[in-house]
Amino acid sequence: MGNSDRFFFERFGLTDANLSQYLGAALSEGGEYADLYLEHTTSSSLLVDESLVKTATEGISMGCGIRVVAGEQTGYAYTDDLAPDKILKAAKIAGRIASGPARVSTVGLSALDAHHDFYPVALPSTDRDLSDKLGLVVRADIAARAYDPRIKQVRATYGDQIRHVLIAGSDGRVVTDFQPLVRLSVFTIAQDGGKLQSGSSGGGGRVGLEFFSGERDPEHFAKEAARQAIVQLEARDAPAGEMEVVLGPGWPGILLHEAIGHGLEADFNRKGISAFSGKMGQRVASDICTVVDDGTIPARRGSLNVDDEGEPTQKTVLIENGILRAYLQDKLSSDILKTTRTGNGRRESYEHIPMPRMTNTYMLAGTDAPEDIIRSVKRGLYASNFGGGQVDITNGKFVFSASEAYLIEDGRLTAPVKGATLIGDGPTVLTRVTAVGNDLKLDPGIGTCGKDGQSVPVGVGIPTIKVSSLTVGGTAPRGTASFT
Amino acid sequence: MPDAGFFLLTPDFLLLAPDYLLMEQQLEQIAVEVVNRAMRAGATAADVTVLEADEFSTTLRLGQIEKLKEAASKALGLRLFLGARSASSFSSDFSLPSLERLVERTLAMARVTSEDPASGLPDAELLGGYEGDLGLYSEDVAGLSTEECIDYARRAERAALDADPRIKNSEGAWFEASVGRRAYANSLGFAGSYRSSYCAGSVAPVAEDGGMQRDYWYSVSRRRSALESPEAVGRKAAERTLRKLGGRKKATCQVPVIFDPETAPSLVGHIFEAVRGDAIYRSASFLTGKLNQRVANERVTILDDGLRPGGFGTRPFDGEGIPASVTPVIEKGVLSNYLLNCYTARKLNMRTTGNASRGVSGPPSVGPKNFYMASGPHTAEEIRKSVKAGFYVTDLIGFGVNIVTGDYSRGAAGMWIENGDFAYPVEEVTIAGNLAEMLNHIEMVGSDLEFRSAIAAPTLLISGLTVAGT
Repeated sequence: MGNSDRFFFERFGLTDANLSQYLGAALSEGGEYADLYLEHTTSSSLLVDESLVKTATEGISMGCGIRVVAGEQTGYAYTDDLAPDKILKAAKIAGRIASGPARVSTVGLSALDAHHDFYPVALPSTDRDLSDKLGLVVRADIAARAYDPRIKQVRATYGDQIRHVLIAGSDGRVVTDFQPLVRLSVFTIAQDGGKLQSGSSGGGGRVGLEFFSGERDPEHFAKEAARQAIVQLEARDAPAGEMEVVLGPGWPGILLHEAIGHGLEADFNRKGISAFSGKMGQRVASDICTVVDDGTIPARRGSLNVDDEGEPTQKTVLIENGILRAYLQDKLSSDILKTTRTGNGRRESYEHIPMPRMTNTYMLAGTDAPEDIIRSVKRGLYASNFGGGQVDITNGKFVFSASEAYLIEDGRLTAPVKGATLIGDGPTVLTRVTAVGNDLKLDPGIGTCGKDGQSVPVGVGIPTIKVSSLTVGGTAPRGTASFT
Repeated sequence: MPDAGFFLLTPDFLLLAPDYLLMEQQLEQIAVEVVNRAMRAGATAADVTVLEADEFSTTLRLGQIEKLKEAASKALGLRLFLGARSASSFSSDFSLPSLERLVERTLAMARVTSEDPASGLPDAELLGGYEGDLGLYSEDVAGLSTEECIDYARRAERAALDADPRIKNSEGAWFEASVGRRAYANSLGFAGSYRSSYCAGSVAPVAEDGGMQRDYWYSVSRRRSALESPEAVGRKAAERTLRKLGGRKKATCQVPVIFDPETAPSLVGHIFEAVRGDAIYRSASFLTGKLNQRVANERVTILDDGLRPGGFGTRPFDGEGIPASVTPVIEKGVLSNYLLNCYTARKLNMRTTGNASRGVSGPPSVGPKNFYMASGPHTAEEIRKSVKAGFYVTDLIGFGVNIVTGDYSRGAAGMWIENGDFAYPVEEVTIAGNLAEMLNHIEMVGSDLEFRSAIAAPTLLISGLTVAGT
């Protein structure tokens, strides 16, 4: 798997004996399980603003997080120093959660065979010349400005990260991975007289710089950011109230992430505090909806060879033809629930305790032509781009904010409307999905999910869908200003 | 060979940092040393920030310890200049070979960036730090035992669970404590350091009566002795959770909206985003070009205070070595200052307001000091009683705020008000308007200002917003 296998052994003089010793120290006061998460992350970023390369930043972050699990309790400590005495000290601190006789790990450590490498990168971005990365942001800046004279401000950022990890568990598994992550983002501001509007676009994944070519070249993202700002100059007030809503394909899949994804994370469900608790096997969506979480899609931003607990990722069917089939599991929750892991135990860094998280969450394609879906709506909203979203896990209410949307009048897209937040109820919103398009699309690789203060890269995807009723949070009541 | 043989101080630095120095002064020595190395390697100017923190946190749930976490961390951020070009870097590895590589690589990056006439360190005469005690550090946080932290969380959760039979579950109770040290040095000869402490206890009970609801309450301070009792936190959390049970949607309407002291600060936070120098010079704010103009009604006064004792935005000097000060932002409705660091000040031909905010990664950004809306004359009850039919907002979710246009649309939950009293809970609605108009429609300002984060505001009554539901 990857080229990470020997990284910590060669670079930091780590040995198998060290790993056993650290795990032994972690379990010196008892506990059922311990693991180590060694991480070395190199990151860089570039910013072009006002057509100047204003910022170049590079950094290294490394450390080791140690976890000890005793029953349902977790002890955690980390160190940003990989010297053996520092790791041993952290291991003993983590081990204080347990109180009992030392548990001797009888299982010998052995490297877990990787079944796959979902992100083979010939030349990692960190090995590329800075000038190659600079070229991307400079090209994006030029293309966005050239799109329309009303584009007055452009900010283009490039960021990459190369993460080496080694995960060693007291169950004997030792796993390493090499995780590249690259992203290009463009922000624009358009001005027309006194009117100002903004646009943004971007893309990336677990790839090298060659990703940004052809249909995904910097010019593509730049034009898209510029186009959005220009369209918004003409936007009128968004409607307010419940109406039929059609979501375009791709990033609008954030609906799934907020409405059901978080609510299906096993930690909330084993505690009985999710709006989806106790709904396994029940209908939570119309029968044309099948939703999966899939960490195995090659090169995607949300993909992983193994999760941050060393478990191979997989494709998990969450909702099958409308019926709730599975939760997203990490080790702790699956042990408590006595079920199998799904490779969704993730963490932001060595400083953080893993928990169930999404990878790439999307709805399978249906049979409707997208044009027919729009044509079937007399009065409603078509939303093709979104900003962020959020959910209250316990009552299930979720929001996601449209940044590009149009009125649908008599089956046709008409005026663009200002950004507006859409709000709904997670356990019931998908039961109102009355059409699913044949045009499944994944997002361009821009998503970051936050939970309990931890951020992880994720993906979403969706075909064009129609929701028969969703509350749109504009300012113009129905039947007045917006619909003419 | 292992790369990370040293902790905190290399032999070189040990010579510079005798035992009797406090830990933050040792960090200051490291910052000075790295600045000097950058200058010797060819930089024309440089500055360094060093951060160190010890943190502890625990989570309990239903009386049982769920998590205990403890760690110490450190990091260093270097920014250097080659004339008008600059670059920055960061590392948690303080060993000498690693720091030498850091300087070299940063110099190499600086060579490929653009000349930016606005870049550079502050003018030397602006540098300095507030000398008095700002109440940032308390020994009683550093001295907390694990047992005391667990006990606080356990008692807070117990009080919440005992408050009402409908409180049947808990997402958990938390206690966290941290002590941080920060040093900053630059090649103009400034070097300073300070330490700070922080502790917080919170609980999130879950109530069930038909549907399930969750809310939370917390107490936070730089001093353990200033925290509310865990029982008070637990009871307040229970009360907030219980009142959400039985929430209804509302028909779409325009009504007066009251933002409670938990949600009002988010509005003031949007105003902060709109007066940041970087948003202004990019014309990315609806307040661009509005300096010295009326942008709100006369009830609105907003200040940014870097000197408030024990404040979460308080600091003796900012991320560029500028001493803390108080900056009026909106005075009786008139926009009097943007908030600036040195870079944005130069872009706008103004003077820095000491708002440089700096972690270790990247150049300084613009951050709030203690940014708050001044108290008004009305009690929260007076404000509620003045409303015949309206919406009292206790929860806001989502990101539907556009600082460029001021357009505002967020998910909300709270209480419906009828004839001045709470009638029933409301959920699954949005509130929408435009920030520029909202500033002019603040009808009443509460007297209940509390500083629970770096951004604070009292209860606010705003007219003209659209509540969207069914």
